[in-house]
Amino acid sequence: MEEQRLDRSGRVLAAALAGLALSACEREERVMRRDPPVVAALDEAALLPGGVGGAEPLAHVALGKPYETNAYEIAQGKRLYAAMNCAGCHGDGSGGVGPSLIDGWWAYGADLPSLYATIRDGRPRGMPPYRQKLPPDSIWQLAGYVQTLASYSAKTAAPGRDDAPQTRPAENRAPATQAPLEPPAR
Amino acid sequence: MSARRLVSLVLAAASCAACSPIQSALDPQSPQAESLHELFWLFVVVCSVVWLAVMASLTLALLRNRSTASEATAAGSRTPALAVGAAVVATVLIVAGLTIASFLATRSLATDGGGLVIKLRGYQWWWEATYPAEGVVTANEIHLPVGRPVRMELSAADVIHSFWVPQLQGKLDLIPGRDNAVTITVTKEGVYRGQCAEFCGLQHAHMGLIVVAEPPAAFDAWARAQAAVAAAPTEPEAQAGAALFQAKACSSCHAIRGTAASAKVGPDLTHVASRRSIAADVLPATRGAFAAWIVDPQTIKPGANMPAIALEPAELRALSAYMTALK
Ligand code: HEC
Ligand code: HEC
Ligand SMILES: [Cu+2]
Repeated sequence: MEEQRLDRSGRVLAAALAGLALSACEREERVMRRDPPVVAALDEAALLPGGVGGAEPLAHVALGKPYETNAYEIAQGKRLYAAMNCAGCHGDGSGGVGPSLIDGWWAYGADLPSLYATIRDGRPRGMPPYRQKLPPDSIWQLAGYVQTLASYSAKTAAPGRDDAPQTRPAENRAPATQAPLEPPAR
Repeated sequence: MSARRLVSLVLAAASCAACSPIQSALDPQSPQAESLHELFWLFVVVCSVVWLAVMASLTLALLRNRSTASEATAAGSRTPALAVGAAVVATVLIVAGLTIASFLATRSLATDGGGLVIKLRGYQWWWEATYPAEGVVTANEIHLPVGRPVRMELSAADVIHSFWVPQLQGKLDLIPGRDNAVTITVTKEGVYRGQCAEFCGLQHAHMGLIVVAEPPAAFDAWARAQAAVAAAPTEPEAQAGAALFQAKACSSCHAIRGTAASAKVGPDLTHVASRRSIAADVLPATRGAFAAWIVDPQTIKPGANMPAIALEPAELRALSAYMTALK
């Protein structure tokens, strides 16, 4: 009898540990290839008129929001940020020709659908559109990465560290503890 | 292991010994690889002799009977002197050997080339080769003139890779932020295969490099052809592909000299069809392979930094026709 109870609690413990391990896996799991229809469905963000705010594509929700919670996707976004020369205008995130992305002020919103729309369609005062330059999944990776630069709360997943000495606070340190009430003076 | 399996293994080994290998350290084709090859056999011989001597003395010790052994220990007063002597001799030998070896290594690394410089840059998971004097930029396949020293300047864009063409040279790392250089002189014409020899991520195993060693005249012709800008395609299908290449995402990562595409995120495709293989020696450079790669790179090389781009069948045909036309 005693033995049996031990057996049961052991099993519960094992299940709990496996659950913990699995939930950690999801953050690290690497999905290298998404089926073309899934990628096409990721382009269907239901944006509000004006392209700011809206609903995420159902596909993103159905996949478990990988572009928000998965370290690999966010790290790929960081790679694309360098490869697509976003830094040419936004610097290391602290701004240049384009606005700063780490000051916590988002002219067009910091939610994923808005960020996706910003990068895909561009914005009128000089942000170029990337619609023809990258497929939807790559744009989602970029949006997820940009969101870690100045999110209001730390996420569970972060991109890899910089190799060069850090010139700004590391991503995902939630530097913008609250949204500023006015746009920063520029 | 069944007898039949053993026989077929032996046969396979024998047939391999007969063919000329494309990637083997036991078939050196340059002075640099030659000295490694000599060193390898020296090691084999020295280590075998030492091992045999140790085994022989062990056998002797086991065979000698106990009574003679204990007599020897009782009489063992000369042992400390012997041990100290052996330690001194071993130390002197080792230090001398290391000094000579490091002298040789420095000499072989420091010689500069006969004017030909190749900058080889490692990316996850492909190689970019630049010939600054010749004005050539290519990827995953380098050509060298036979008999002329070539200075390879190694750098890395993202993580540590390692340059290793077993027939030509020992391994040398490509390290981000710390450039290395090595000089090699190929003595025999041929096609050799190299491989990244430092684990660098998901597709490390699929990071091959083709080295073509050819007579100086053939090399010069190759370099001239590679330095030229891409010829405009003549076939209508390939022309449609050229337009698609600029309009689609391709041009945000690849350069084709002579067109508006000039990005450097992926390999330079100006003369991609003149290479023997694509995707770092994963597929042959045929039209079918181009189409297979473009439509689904993540099945062929999962994790590679080229995303699949949504294409209609006709668009895919046009793009693969264009790639094939980039001779
Ligand atoms: C040619 C310069 C340029 C490049 C390249 C560029 N941007 Fe921008 N970006 C701008 C400008 C200018 C704005 C401000 C647009 C406006 O206010 O209408 C902007 C705005 C943005 C915003 C909105 C900021 C906010 O406050 O809401 C985001 C996000 C952004 N860019 C991300 C990116 C990413 C990611 C890339 C690389 C894929 C990139 N940008 C490349 C110039 C650029
Ligand atoms: C986001 C960047 C990116 C985009 C967009 C892109 N590629 Fe690539 N491409 C790469 C990278 C990186 C490689 C090297 C992959 C490897 O071997 O690991 C590559 C490899 C290739 C190769 C093989 C080259 C060689 O010599 O090995 C071909 C051909 C190619 N791409 C064609 C295309 C075409 C056609 C398109 C447009 C439909 C395209 N690429 C879009 C990044 C990109
Ligand atoms: Cu490697």
